[in-house]
Amino acid sequence: MHELPATQGLLDVALDAARKAGASRIRSIDLVVGDLTSFVDDSIQFYFDIISRDTPAEGAELRFRREPAEGRCGECGHTFPVKPPVPRLCPECGSLTLRIEGGREFYVDSIEVDE
Amino acid sequence: MKVPVVTEILKANDQVAGENRELFDQLGLRVINVMASPGAGKTSTILATLERLPESIRPGVIEGDVASSIDADKIAEREVPVVQINTGGNCHLDAPMVRSALQHLPLDELELLFIENVGNLICPANYRLGSDLNLVIGSVPEGHDKPFKYPGMFTGADVVVLNKEDLAEVFEFDHAEYERGIRMVNPGVPVFRVSCKTGDGVDEWVAWLVERLERVRASAHA
Repeated sequence: MHELPATQGLLDVALDAARKAGASRIRSIDLVVGDLTSFVDDSIQFYFDIISRDTPAEGAELRFRREPAEGRCGECGHTFPVKPPVPRLCPECGSLTLRIEGGREFYVDSIEVDE
Repeated sequence: MKVPVVTEILKANDQVAGENRELFDQLGLRVINVMASPGAGKTSTILATLERLPESIRPGVIEGDVASSIDADKIAEREVPVVQINTGGNCHLDAPMVRSALQHLPLDELELLFIENVGNLICPANYRLGSDLNLVIGSVPEGHDKPFKYPGMFTGADVVVLNKEDLAEVFEFDHAEYERGIRMVNPGVPVFRVSCKTGDGVDEWVAWLVERLERVRASAHA
């Protein structure tokens, strides 16, 4: 259920961009999804295949680029990519003073279309 | 042919959230988005807060639920204006749902609006409503690992209230671990420990809230 409204949003954005480009058909959609958004690729694809029927995006391939969050250790300065569940300790020095940022991206980067 | 797009997927929601916010600002209405897992005590915390608000702050409540009006009925018993949104299976409220609920509230008479989101630690974090305070309620029985498992929810919190503090010993709840998990993604966010059952800690949370409301009001008049 969780991905349905998000997938509707993604379809709307892609169709709007295709219309503005005067395109007749969307072949693929490149998406950027942050790892802290909790959106699941397969689930988005599942809903997309259903709700894109009879639109210029029907059959389009969704290509997901995943963006991890970034962890930074307050002790040793080590930086590393983070996916949930977030780590308790710095993987380098074991310190508890971690700071985690980013991973909230959710946007359509580009689409591939037929003119 | 490749067409660059670079457009936020949830922009339609964000746009309506921005309009909601503008309306709230015009009315001088402060709005709290209350988010938590099912059973953490969202309605209990709202009720406990309503009981302790000074009379000068007139509150209203929007209750979001997948189904039923159980929570809205509890609020209505206190003679506080309330409107129920049933999402019909949707796992979060979005800005258009809030906008359509607003017409059922006497907005001119209110200073503070609680929006109780659907019980869920995942999706509500992705949908802005136009609120100016995001309250995340945790509860002791959920365990102190929740900030590590649901970091997205805690990232956007302006304040965290940990409820059911009276059970901390039974559940061997590690407060230091819980708060470390929160501050890892959201440094400096205040965390209040309360028990809506015993009332412990609720005064401190309400005092913080009232102080914040007064500060916002003072800066609006400045």
